[in-house]
Amino acid sequence: MHEEPILKVRNLRKQFGPGCSQCTNLDSNRLEKNYCTVCGTVYAVRDVSLDVYPGEILGIVGESGSGKSTLMQCLYFDTDVSSGEAYINTPVLAGFNVFDLSSQQKRSIRNHDYGMVYQNPVHGLKMNFSSVGNIAEKLIAAGNRNVGNMETTSKRLLDNVHIPLHRMKEEPRNFSGGMQQRVQIAKALSNNPPILFLDEVTTGLDLSVQANVLDLIKRIQRELGISMIVVSHDLAVIRMLADRTIVMLNGEIIEQGLTDQVLEDPQHAYTQQLVYSLL
Amino acid sequence: MRAKPHFAFFDEGSKKEIRRATLKAVAIPGYQVPFASREMPIARGWGTGGLQLTLSLIGKTDVLKVIDQGADESVNAVSIKKLVQETTGVQTTDQTEEADLIQSRHRIPETPMTKDQILVLQVPMPEPLRPVEAREYMTKRMHSEDDYSGAWLMLFEQIVKYGKTATAADHPVYVNGRYVMAPSPIPRFDNPRMHQSEALILLGAGREKKIYAVPPFTNVESLAFEDYPFAVESFKGKECQLCGSAHVFLDELIDQKTGEPVYQCNDTSYCMEQLNSREKVEVESSYA
Repeated sequence: MHEEPILKVRNLRKQFGPGCSQCTNLDSNRLEKNYCTVCGTVYAVRDVSLDVYPGEILGIVGESGSGKSTLMQCLYFDTDVSSGEAYINTPVLAGFNVFDLSSQQKRSIRNHDYGMVYQNPVHGLKMNFSSVGNIAEKLIAAGNRNVGNMETTSKRLLDNVHIPLHRMKEEPRNFSGGMQQRVQIAKALSNNPPILFLDEVTTGLDLSVQANVLDLIKRIQRELGISMIVVSHDLAVIRMLADRTIVMLNGEIIEQGLTDQVLEDPQHAYTQQLVYSLL
Repeated sequence: MRAKPHFAFFDEGSKKEIRRATLKAVAIPGYQVPFASREMPIARGWGTGGLQLTLSLIGKTDVLKVIDQGADESVNAVSIKKLVQETTGVQTTDQTEEADLIQSRHRIPETPMTKDQILVLQVPMPEPLRPVEAREYMTKRMHSEDDYSGAWLMLFEQIVKYGKTATAADHPVYVNGRYVMAPSPIPRFDNPRMHQSEALILLGAGREKKIYAVPPFTNVESLAFEDYPFAVESFKGKECQLCGSAHVFLDELIDQKTGEPVYQCNDTSYCMEQLNSREKVEVESSYA
């Protein structure tokens, strides 16, 4: 069976700093971890290529500073890339490198084709607007102009993520961290995006809430067939969620494969260390 | 010795700069053009934006009218009128038809304006997206990317909380199908009167240092959801206690003796005109 990836990323690079003659050819030997010792340029993401297939969950693991979150921010257009290409396989966008599109078009992709759940709900939600309003914001951005329709959709989504409906008009700032995270997930799902980004969604949540959120993500994937990229430094989360896993170190992909394969039989020294550090 | 002020208070360079910003504003309907707001003899937030527009535009033969919340005689309107008159010597008037230039705060005159007139509105908060986004560089970006979900979201929140849009004044509008604009704190009643207006409408925010405009015959559409259509304030069955006008914007007052609410034209000069014309008819009929 031959499947086309829904999201195809090629040679994505993100650097902070101009680079110098010592480091521009990206000879890793001259870099200390991911920065150049001569000019101080940080190579946050180096030539990362990956494919995400319809309905699969792709896990990205790596230590702090390995470039996971920067990669997500680049894909979600929160920051500009230094170079690289990404293709989204939808009828409208097929064949276009989405990084070359205008900011207006990028915004439209974010509104229609992407969902994002940030580690910190402050980034994904407007804390002083009601939960319904937060979900409606995404629907409005996607062109919905019918209040009744949006309210119904918001209620259904909030019910899906187990937010009691009598609290739906409340602002998320009154909610616990786990509830905020669930509102954020509801918001990200509001217009059935084909691609969902989850950046450390369970970090900082207590275990029972974590289990709730993970259950929810798993159920969403099963029921809606949404493709997801899950970033985490928690291997247990990755093991539970991801079909395939990418291991990043110093901005590069050092190992990738089926999650079980990577976790049971790690090849790279760093991955081995990572897996064996698991309590 | 008192120095004679320059015509219209400003030096010519300042007028030129403000006019240049105004021209740009007219060329891009609804777009907020930044300008170097001058220090004025009145405090910022008291109509300096409108005053600067007026002073930069006024000519020796122009006739000026200034209104404050519909009234020609309020302190603010009178002070501004005096300042302009003292520095230019132009004539002032209370009659909307007679005026070439009308500076107003919070109202559009009831008498329809013509293509030979200019309406200058004073604006405290020119940015319709400010309540959702505090950072100027972000709101600029949102305007450029045509991202007005924030403005819609505010209306949505009001509907969710109160069952209707609760904007008493300054209900955001789409200008020429592109920019979302704060129409200055005019009541919703006046929003439709901006649509395809014959007169040029200029809006000046002195404290926020922005000038924007609605050129004549431009589409101005109030933001509204499909199932919650835009509605102006309704004064059904009510009329002005003085002149008896209906279909105008009315102020609600409490009768001190009876404690009952009574209604009165908000636009004082319009009310006066109605009364005068009636008196004229009375006088003519009684003499005949």
